Amino acid sequence: MTLLEAIILTVITASTPLLIAAIGELVVERAGVLNLGVEGMMIIGAAAGIAAAITTGNSWFGVLVAILAGMALSLVFAALVLGLAANQVAAGLALAILGLGLSGVIGAPFVGVQREGIGKIEIPVLSDIPFIGEILFHQDLFVYASVALTAGVWWFLTRTRAGLVLRACGENHAAAHALGYRVLRIRLLAILFGGGCAGLAGAYLSLVYTPFWTSGMTSGRGWIALAIVVFASWLPWRAAVGAYLFGGLTILQLHAQSAGVPLPSQVMAALPYLLTIIVLVVIMRARRGGAAGPACLGTPFVPDR
Amino acid sequence: MDATQPLLLAEGITKRFGALAANDHVDLRVMPGEIHALLGENGAGKSTLVKIIYGLLRADAGRLLWQGRAFAAESPRAARRAGIGMVFQHFSLFDALTVAENVALSLDDAGTAKDVAGRLGDVSRAYGLPLEPAREVWRLSVGERQRVEIVRCLMQDPRLLILDEPTSVLTPQECEGLFETLARIRAEGRAVLYISHKLEEVRRICEAATILRGGRVVERCDPRQETAGSLARMMVGGDVPALRHDHMLAETPVRLAVSALSLPASDAHGIALRDVSLAVRQGEILGIAGVAGNGQDELFAAISGEVLSPSVAVAIDGVAMGQADINERRRKGAAFVPEERLGHAAAPRLRLTENALLSGHATNGFVAQGMVDRGRLRSFVDGVVRAFDVRKGPADPEARALSGGNLQKFVVGREIARKPGLLVVAQPTWGVDAGAAAIIRQALADLAEQGSAVLVISQDLDELLEIADRIAVMFVGRLSPAVPVTEASRESLGLLMGGAES
Repeated sequence: MTLLEAIILTVITASTPLLIAAIGELVVERAGVLNLGVEGMMIIGAAAGIAAAITTGNSWFGVLVAILAGMALSLVFAALVLGLAANQVAAGLALAILGLGLSGVIGAPFVGVQREGIGKIEIPVLSDIPFIGEILFHQDLFVYASVALTAGVWWFLTRTRAGLVLRACGENHAAAHALGYRVLRIRLLAILFGGGCAGLAGAYLSLVYTPFWTSGMTSGRGWIALAIVVFASWLPWRAAVGAYLFGGLTILQLHAQSAGVPLPSQVMAALPYLLTIIVLVVIMRARRGGAAGPACLGTPFVPDR
Repeated sequence: MDATQPLLLAEGITKRFGALAANDHVDLRVMPGEIHALLGENGAGKSTLVKIIYGLLRADAGRLLWQGRAFAAESPRAARRAGIGMVFQHFSLFDALTVAENVALSLDDAGTAKDVAGRLGDVSRAYGLPLEPAREVWRLSVGERQRVEIVRCLMQDPRLLILDEPTSVLTPQECEGLFETLARIRAEGRAVLYISHKLEEVRRICEAATILRGGRVVERCDPRQETAGSLARMMVGGDVPALRHDHMLAETPVRLAVSALSLPASDAHGIALRDVSLAVRQGEILGIAGVAGNGQDELFAAISGEVLSPSVAVAIDGVAMGQADINERRRKGAAFVPEERLGHAAAPRLRLTENALLSGHATNGFVAQGMVDRGRLRSFVDGVVRAFDVRKGPADPEARALSGGNLQKFVVGREIARKPGLLVVAQPTWGVDAGAAAIIRQALADLAEQGSAVLVISQDLDELLEIADRIAVMFVGRLSPAVPVTEASRESLGLLMGGAES
């Protein structure tokens, strides 16, 4: 394996959890709900996932539990912001903190337990193609799932009626209600989808990327996913660009550090955050007109009846 | 179908919101092929009634008969399936979506935008309502948006079409187009329930009217047999005082001069001002007409100082003020009443005294050595409340507790009370009942007669024709020369509002 191949492979693994979480949040925000609790849902997924995998000895069962755990936490958020029309920013921040705390409790018995990570699958014949075979056809299922998820969400939002209704709820919830759509139910489903995606992203961290539990192991990836959604102008493919940009820069700065670039390591570590935001802002500014987010993003909806 | 059987019959409809009876035993009978007017002041219960018919609200008591059968729309979807379509006053369109997507959303059986494009074309041709399916709604003019609303209703093949204040945002020519469409709809045997407060229009196109006041039906009549005055009396329950105002056309000194003002659009959806010039003289009311969204908001912001402009572009009493902030302009004798009363002219959760302080702290002596003089503030508010008959309940309520008309009287009165040399007011009587509107218009006329210059920006052409001495028209960021109201006609102004060259 060449160095370039190795770098590209690590970039893909670093980017995949970001992409999965960002796509989930993108759907939530397109429905008009701002859930800032991605970090919390992600880490609860990581903790619940590895706990279930160690307990049952089945990593795939762990993945399922991680998704359900993310959804369960998002249900708490939904109860607050949909049921009680609470402030979405406050509820989302609370969710992030709650998730971090809860994950510590769930993960405590499993600290230091090593586990075999979920392996990669080799697609016969195709993976034998030099260079691209190794990169494209010798990956774990999560990588394929993240691409499928991006394509699926893009197709859902732009090509299906249900996607149109979901966008309508985010654009003008009063008008959607006046047309007879159940805004709160659609938003609930979107929030659950976002929670499931965040949980899945968390499972990737604790079952594939670094297959053991340490508290705080998401280390801010949930927040980066949120930023990616905004700077990607709520477009799925651009979210993929953002996720890979950040993942790529993270890995590159590690290589640069080991190559002895004369910059303090703290500055290097900060670079991916800075550059990702700068690049996405430039893309956003370059495309003028209609680049704004869903018009009802973050505003509670209470049907009058 | 039996032509003598009512299409829609409402009996004893009652709906309460807390202690307020928005509808109190309301009866309504709409015949097939009839354009039926639903008249009443703001708050008379018109919107509540049609929301019940359309399934958005549920009545507490009473029943609906649809084509002779008991009917209670559980949801707008059920109402649409039964054959009831509705065009809302505040357009219920999705700005970021395309015309076709908007239409697809309103059709229960349709798939996505692609699936409706063909039918959309058919209906829009059949009723003379041209549309471009792939355009995003925020790019459309107000008249075009209304076309989208009407077309998407007609695509459901309704028996009854409910129109809520459809002409309040249209130019006179666009109104004519709408009336032609309505005539076609009626000719097909469909009925229209037409909510409006434009009485001349109702007399012209409606053959039946139900008049609501305070949630009750007070009268039923054939509007063709009535006069605008008699209809107004039924709505208000008394006489609305006529405006006392002599048009002023003397060459008095100019108090506000805007000279060759050009400003770029502030955002993607905004309008750029292009070479706008105007002059308001002492003692006159200059009216600026135009369909909403043609740069009136931008012009207001530039004159008030919310947006700065080249220094010489805005002059108050001969002093260049384009770079001056809003308080400097106020100290120079100017006063401003923006369009949106709750959120722009007044802070919803602040009390009236606090709202008076917000706009008057620089000019009215409310603040001494950094401390707020509450006694002075209170007596100022009491004065405004008395002079403008503001009905407010508790002594010093939050702004949002006032009804629209009363809050509007307060925000206009607050500025007029300090006798400004220049008053700039946007949409002074938008969504205000006839009584409050009469008080506000009279106050503007009186202020001008006392020597102030008054600039009124309004979408309501009838209002401007009544109070303004000269009228200019705004269209995509340009302002036409002002013409004396004695030489202006609805037709000529309407053409300018639609973009014709002057």
